[in-house]
Amino acid sequence: MGKTLAEKILRDKSQTDAMAGDIVLATVDLVFVQDTTGPLTIKQFEDSGFAAIAEPEKVAIFLDHAAPSPSQQTSNDHILLRHFARETNCHIYDVGNGICHQLVAELFANPGDIIVGADSHTVTAGALCAFATGMGSTDIAIAMALGKTWFRVPETFLINLIGSFSKGVYAKDLILYLIGQLGADGATYKALEFGGESLAGLNMSQRLTIANMAVEAGAKVGLFPSDEITQGFLSSQGRSASYKPLYPDADANYERIMSINLSQLEPMVSFPHSVDNVHSARDAKGIKIQQVFIGTCTNGRLEDLAVAASILQGKRRYPDTRLLIAPSSRQVLLQAIEKGYIHSLVEAGAVILPPGCAACLGLHQGVLGDGEACLSTANRNFKGRMGNPKAMLYLASPATAAASAITGEITDPREVIID
Amino acid sequence: MPETVLKGKAIKLGDNVSTDDIIPGRFAHLRSNLPELSKHIFEDLVPDFASRVHQGDFLVAGGNFGLGSSREHAPLVIKMSGIAAILAKSAARIFFRNAINQGLPVLLCDTAQINDGDQLEINLTEGVITNLTSNSRLTSTKIPPLMFAILKEGGLIPYIKKHKDFEL
Ligand code: SF4
Repeated sequence: MGKTLAEKILRDKSQTDAMAGDIVLATVDLVFVQDTTGPLTIKQFEDSGFAAIAEPEKVAIFLDHAAPSPSQQTSNDHILLRHFARETNCHIYDVGNGICHQLVAELFANPGDIIVGADSHTVTAGALCAFATGMGSTDIAIAMALGKTWFRVPETFLINLIGSFSKGVYAKDLILYLIGQLGADGATYKALEFGGESLAGLNMSQRLTIANMAVEAGAKVGLFPSDEITQGFLSSQGRSASYKPLYPDADANYERIMSINLSQLEPMVSFPHSVDNVHSARDAKGIKIQQVFIGTCTNGRLEDLAVAASILQGKRRYPDTRLLIAPSSRQVLLQAIEKGYIHSLVEAGAVILPPGCAACLGLHQGVLGDGEACLSTANRNFKGRMGNPKAMLYLASPATAAASAITGEITDPREVIID
Repeated sequence: MPETVLKGKAIKLGDNVSTDDIIPGRFAHLRSNLPELSKHIFEDLVPDFASRVHQGDFLVAGGNFGLGSSREHAPLVIKMSGIAAILAKSAARIFFRNAINQGLPVLLCDTAQINDGDQLEINLTEGVITNLTSNSRLTSTKIPPLMFAILKEGGLIPYIKKHKDFEL
């Protein structure tokens, strides 16, 4: 019988038949932690009794979640992580390099790889056809020690994409719509696989946004086939040699097949306090917001800043609405400077935060006050997520975020985009 | 998993309890100080949790328990609070794996049959839950043998120390 993308990758890395439902042991190509899950990983690694990590060149540490550190405790965690990197010879990306998932896409993820990270949005690298999934610190510690881990081969939902986006509608609107359809646990333990005629028109930035949020429907991975878009992205990162085409078999077995026509989508907004509480931006009209945050592993890429800059250029943010922007990596920041986006955004009243998670987790750089509302381009709006359980979090695309920064209330970007 | 039969009281929670509900992300700076971190368990969702929980109690939740972050501190602080097992209608996959890796049993069953404060007896080997208050029985979904083996050793670290590798 034919195989899905998830089954193919797990087959190759486990040397077994790897059909949905099987438990397999598979080798891993990258194991990583970030600064809030890394310290416990190190403790568990030390407790496990292993003397060394299996392959240091396949292990990476990212200091991104609380970076630069906002507290003594975090600074001490950073010291611990730097020390571990020195001792074990693994990679470390210190403060200012960017968000782990963006750096994994830029530097590491290859089609057919297995990537495990101590962060739930590890699924992001599925955009490059890597079987990438989040785990906890103990699993990651043991994957570092052994160079492999166990997986239950997931059943797959195929999401067929047809048509193309209309003006003002983006990948974020698609994935919010899909999560609204599936529900926050609609794909628990499953692989989401994206296919269909629209793929050729979805660039890597859009694919990363979509794969990133697969976990918000409970999915284990969100996979795109490896095609010309993948090849183009890899060569733009100087990694053309890593390209290989990878597609599911025509007779692969899917547990569920869904079809989405991109041309019928409109700008979407997730309402508090759940990602699957999805409404159209039209219906959200008039909701006042005190902060707009554009960034994160979901929507902090160059294309996202380009959209925001094009909407905000020559305009000003609403006086009572703060506008925070965090590029997802140093490379993104540099390119956004070169292209003049940063200039337009700062002129419009934006505060540029260092590449990293910034306000996303509620640790620093934009914690909300009681009763405040924030429109964010992130992937999660759980109660308390941005540091205050008395705040309201809305999620939307960078275009909706930028349009809303101008008006001070949630605004359908189609109202402000001029052709 | 030193005991295979557990007895305790149910503390009932709703659906979609996230890892941010269990231990909010804003306390990430305390993650290397577990005794301090654990004081903030369920701070936003169940502010009186610490005074309600007793050693050996069970958390009884609805669907999608533990969704969100991969932070293993979530099952860790639950375990530190004295909770002996989690019963849920369904659980998010990273949380499920993390809890087992910490030696904290998670049983998936029809939790609508259990009320807050019910006395329960859980047979982990058989996956059977007896509700002593309502005099009824529930069966939980079987977990894969590898996960059960990890649970039986008390978590992934003791499992790996003993076996040196995963044994399928
Ligand atoms: S940007 Fe937000 S969601 Fe992404 S890794 Fe950082 S904290 Fe997590």
